[in-house]
Amino acid sequence: MNSSGVLKSSSSELDLDRPNIEDYLPSGAAIQQEPRGKLRLHDLLDISPTLSEAAGAIVDDSFTRCFKSNPPEPWNWNIYLFPLWCFGVLLRYLIVFPTRVLVLTIGWIIFLSSFIPVHFLLKGHDRLRRSIERSLVEMICSFFVASWTGVVRYHGPRPSRRPKQVFVANHTSMIDFIVLEQMTAFAVIMQKHPGWVGLLQSTILESVGCIWFNRSEAKDREIVARKLREHVQGADNNPLLIFPEGTCVNNHYTVMFKKGAFELGCTVCPVAIKYNKIFVDAFWNSRKQSFTKHLLQLMTSWAVVCDVWYLEPQSLKPGETPIEFAERVRDIISTRAGLKKVPWDGYLKYSRPSPKHRERK
Amino acid sequence: MGNTSSMLTQYDIEEVQQHCKHAFTQQEIASLYQRFCQLDRNNCGFIPSDEFLSIPEFAVNPLSQSLLRMLDGFNFKEFIAFLSAFSPRSTLQHKIEFIFKVYDTDCNGKVSFDDMLTVLRDLTGQYMSEHQRKEVLAQVLEEAGYTKDSFLVLSDFMKILGNSDLKMEAEVPVD
Repeated sequence: MNSSGVLKSSSSELDLDRPNIEDYLPSGAAIQQEPRGKLRLHDLLDISPTLSEAAGAIVDDSFTRCFKSNPPEPWNWNIYLFPLWCFGVLLRYLIVFPTRVLVLTIGWIIFLSSFIPVHFLLKGHDRLRRSIERSLVEMICSFFVASWTGVVRYHGPRPSRRPKQVFVANHTSMIDFIVLEQMTAFAVIMQKHPGWVGLLQSTILESVGCIWFNRSEAKDREIVARKLREHVQGADNNPLLIFPEGTCVNNHYTVMFKKGAFELGCTVCPVAIKYNKIFVDAFWNSRKQSFTKHLLQLMTSWAVVCDVWYLEPQSLKPGETPIEFAERVRDIISTRAGLKKVPWDGYLKYSRPSPKHRERK
Repeated sequence: MGNTSSMLTQYDIEEVQQHCKHAFTQQEIASLYQRFCQLDRNNCGFIPSDEFLSIPEFAVNPLSQSLLRMLDGFNFKEFIAFLSAFSPRSTLQHKIEFIFKVYDTDCNGKVSFDDMLTVLRDLTGQYMSEHQRKEVLAQVLEEAGYTKDSFLVLSDFMKILGNSDLKMEAEVPVD
């Protein structure tokens, strides 16, 4: 970044008879002592700044840090605490866990026995059916949250249903959606998952108006953008929830927001979610565990404690590009939830940076 | 130090410290070991080049290709030896040797005009044409007393870069 940035200005003319030192010098090189007007072999060969950057990246880089799940310090290491911890484990797995599974099963039974009839019988009465389905989805989400003994504190005005508004939130795990859905039935845009989650997605979530995308398909973006636009125009649709990071991050950092959510010409209502790590690490490391395992881990922990802040709606300021708008909203969310910002695109988790990023450096 | 062990013993740490000529403290070595294990996802005892490319900060570095060539298939000892050039405790000579190795693409102990051109190309990309690069390099070499066809060896590098305060350091986070 040092050498190329300065060389850029000299790309047109290169006067070799009188080399111009400003054109060639890497910024901050140890040249100040030398007489001006001469590019020396020493400067050309000194690649140490670039090498230092590379070594710094090898040793520790801000991107990997976003996805590291930090295990909590083991506190059960001495003779008094260890039996207590063993007791806790027994309690959690043998008593609390089955209770939770029971609660969840009851919840599902109630839900399915109400949802399926309503879905089919009330086919003609759309509005009624939709509002009942909405309450049912909110209910099953509450059951889910109860099954992890979720203690959620909501701050700020509850979302209301208005056209031309979009909600954006930081993303830590799939349960973000459930936590938010418990309060208000959102329509969410999510990656299509395989397995039982995918089944749930296509049946129940369809009723609240969710939109699917597939990360691996290139053309998908335009289709999704169109669907998003259609959704926000409809007054009757559930408010749309988008996770602009595009991937799960470990609740200490935020990665760059994708601008899609900010180009729709609506007001953007930021929502910040922060989990309390003392009770459980809610970060879903999708490369390390499947969602089922993640859920089981949550259900065998003591509790899921989190804070949800509904923040002030923002609109695109005159003269602001969507990217700047996205950055501004990311700033607001990060400050509220105490997360550090990182200048990387979340999708780099799945692919390499393209050569053009290297060229720019 | 076996491939399967995920914990370093004191003995291992001392051995590695000896190997890198005490360029790192024991804490730094332990920290770097954690980093190594993080990068070595498949626990095979060495880091494939792919892993380095999955670090965005590294992948966008202009010299990543040259460094990858040097880094391929490193086990932990070699990893530490590689990074020891970036420790504040390593000597200027060690750092210059490292830079020499980056330039010496065919590892024959001599840096040719083409070698230097390759590195220059990596650094400047499309901001300079090939012709301009050759001209600048030839010009600068002549001013320093070499010709286009001369080969630079390590002692030349020492002479050229030796009397500067070369800053080449990377900080190892120790928690």
